[in-house]
Amino acid sequence: MRATTWMGKTHVEVQDVPDPKILNSRDAIVQITSTAICGSDLHLYNGFIPTMRKGDILGHEFMGEVVETGPAVTRLKVGDRVVVPFPIACGHCGACERGLTSVCENSNPNAGMAEKIMGRSPCGIFGYSHMLGGYPGGQAEYARVPFADVGPLKIDDGIPDEQVLFLSDILPTGYMGADMCDLTPGDVVAVWGAGPVGQFAIASARLLGAERVIAIDRFGYRLQMAKDKAGATDVINYEETSVLETLDELTAGRGPDACIDAVGMESHIDVGPLHAYDRAKQVVRAETDRPHALREAIMACANGGVISVIGVYGGFVDKFPMGPFMNRSLRMRTGQCHVHRYMAPLLQRIQAGQIDPSFVITHRMTLQDAPRGYQMFRDKQDDCEKIVLSP
Amino acid sequence: MSVGSSDGTRRLVDGLGWFSLGLGSAQLVAPGVMNRLVGADDDAVSRAVQRWLGGAREVAAGVGIELRRRPVRWLWARVAGDVLDLTMLGAVLGSPRRGRGGRRRAVVATAAVVGVTVADVVAAVRLSRDGGEGGERDKAVGGIDVKGYITVNRPVGVVFAYWQDVENLPRFMAHLQSVRSLGGGRSRWRAAGPAGVEVEWDAEISGERIDEFIAWRSVGAASVDNSGEVEFRAAPGGRGTEIRVRLTYHPPAGKLGATVAKLFGEAPEQQVRDDLRRFKQVLETGEVVRSEGSPEGPRARRQVFQRPAQPVTS
Repeated sequence: MRATTWMGKTHVEVQDVPDPKILNSRDAIVQITSTAICGSDLHLYNGFIPTMRKGDILGHEFMGEVVETGPAVTRLKVGDRVVVPFPIACGHCGACERGLTSVCENSNPNAGMAEKIMGRSPCGIFGYSHMLGGYPGGQAEYARVPFADVGPLKIDDGIPDEQVLFLSDILPTGYMGADMCDLTPGDVVAVWGAGPVGQFAIASARLLGAERVIAIDRFGYRLQMAKDKAGATDVINYEETSVLETLDELTAGRGPDACIDAVGMESHIDVGPLHAYDRAKQVVRAETDRPHALREAIMACANGGVISVIGVYGGFVDKFPMGPFMNRSLRMRTGQCHVHRYMAPLLQRIQAGQIDPSFVITHRMTLQDAPRGYQMFRDKQDDCEKIVLSP
Repeated sequence: MSVGSSDGTRRLVDGLGWFSLGLGSAQLVAPGVMNRLVGADDDAVSRAVQRWLGGAREVAAGVGIELRRRPVRWLWARVAGDVLDLTMLGAVLGSPRRGRGGRRRAVVATAAVVGVTVADVVAAVRLSRDGGEGGERDKAVGGIDVKGYITVNRPVGVVFAYWQDVENLPRFMAHLQSVRSLGGGRSRWRAAGPAGVEVEWDAEISGERIDEFIAWRSVGAASVDNSGEVEFRAAPGGRGTEIRVRLTYHPPAGKLGATVAKLFGEAPEQQVRDDLRRFKQVLETGEVVRSEGSPEGPRARRQVFQRPAQPVTS
């Protein structure tokens, strides 16, 4: 089959690789109909996630048709149309039983590697490094899906791929970002990053009753989308205005009740020297992540407010403003999305017409074009927001 | 079988290791003070000799002995070093420029070094005699003692029963090929070593309390003297079963011993953790979880040599 492979820093290739085989009795093989490039794939592309190997198949947002099932699979059958959640979860461990599927205790065979960097291991993830399992990803024609009875969500034939594909990751991730804010009436939410996850965090905050949602980014087209499509009430271009001052003005000095970091480890910043400092430390691996958005969110947040982190971090950050965080009674909620718990309710919202996630798609390509897609998405060429690939 | 040196030799070797580290550190940090202490001239050259020929050598020997990597060789290295020290002290004693105080200090230092040399020779001879060529069995000086912990989301009864059936062990202990029950609490264990060497031994259950505790140990002419115990306890708040494992290996001398030591000694903590993870996977999900990068499931060695995350062909 054809598959998008990581061949080194900023180098991906579409190659011929063997077709996947059943390895565990609860596996299914899915023939992929749609797949997408995720913002977090750019962290792999830019070489910031350790334990990648040349030849690793990328991609963790995909859907398709079941073409083979292992002997222990009972809920799925050949021909079923499914969306596959990006965290691989067994469904039986303590974490899965509590609904925390992204910290499944069984799905990462390389947990020992993750423990060295993270202390304990999170779940395995499709196409996302060896310390997170060494699983081939879904930017390919086929993928093996472990625990097929637990993860994949069946989709009726009537709904087009583009409306449900993002149930695999970015829609639930954005939604969890808003869900973790525990919104109450009158709450103001600020969202750092108006990429696809940020757009869905904004839309979800509106769905969950936020009074006001403020989008923060530096790309005009992204802020425009946030306002026109996602439902942001206000936008801040941090290259044009001061974020803290504008947030002060918009909230009459209270600050946003909830701040969502939808940026993660490779944030940009308008303060040159500070960015250079973080960038330099990152290059020599003295710091793996550039946490500018997170620092700013903490400084901006209302006393007693919530910092909700859904942007991906890989390792360690520097100059974390612990004093403001502690003294102002802030809370922080984090996590790779527990996609499994959000998929079905979000599918209902899509079917009920409350949200159509396809609004983030700006580019459609064939799988063959993936290398061009990665570069375009990374460099924000042609107002790129989200790329969907069809194998 | 019982391996390892007598406790007396073990203590002597350990003492010499720490002595080396202490003396070497002093020589490295304060060579001038050490020079005056032994009555030698204190100039740039003698300081360099004191620091590098003496201090660095002592620290290396101390580290070597305490790491239990071929301590026999390090002990003989210490003996050679002692001879070097005595030669140099002889030069100090013979030097005409010594005052009375300097000569007295040099005599005391020489006596001390002679004493240490005797201890080094005794320890090296004893350890060499016990261990043949030396080296291969050196891990046996301390044995390999490994602990591991995991919580399994199943009731204690189920978890205990699975472990109690020793024939289940190879399903999660990666280095085991088979365990066959021989009846009467005895069993025959077979493991595949590196380079296809097969190792086999018999074991017996040495203690057992239903739903609480199982202990076993190798018996007879086992090629690897080993024992283990595992404790089971209900986790609080219905969180399943807490498991605490402790394993001890005493790899024997010779080639086979080296193979066995390699087999058990390669990141032993990681191996036990990975075995426990496999145990948890089997009990919670029904089987060992495989990925294309780690097709055998969790396995310490595989974490160093990952396959690319691409479909497996064979």
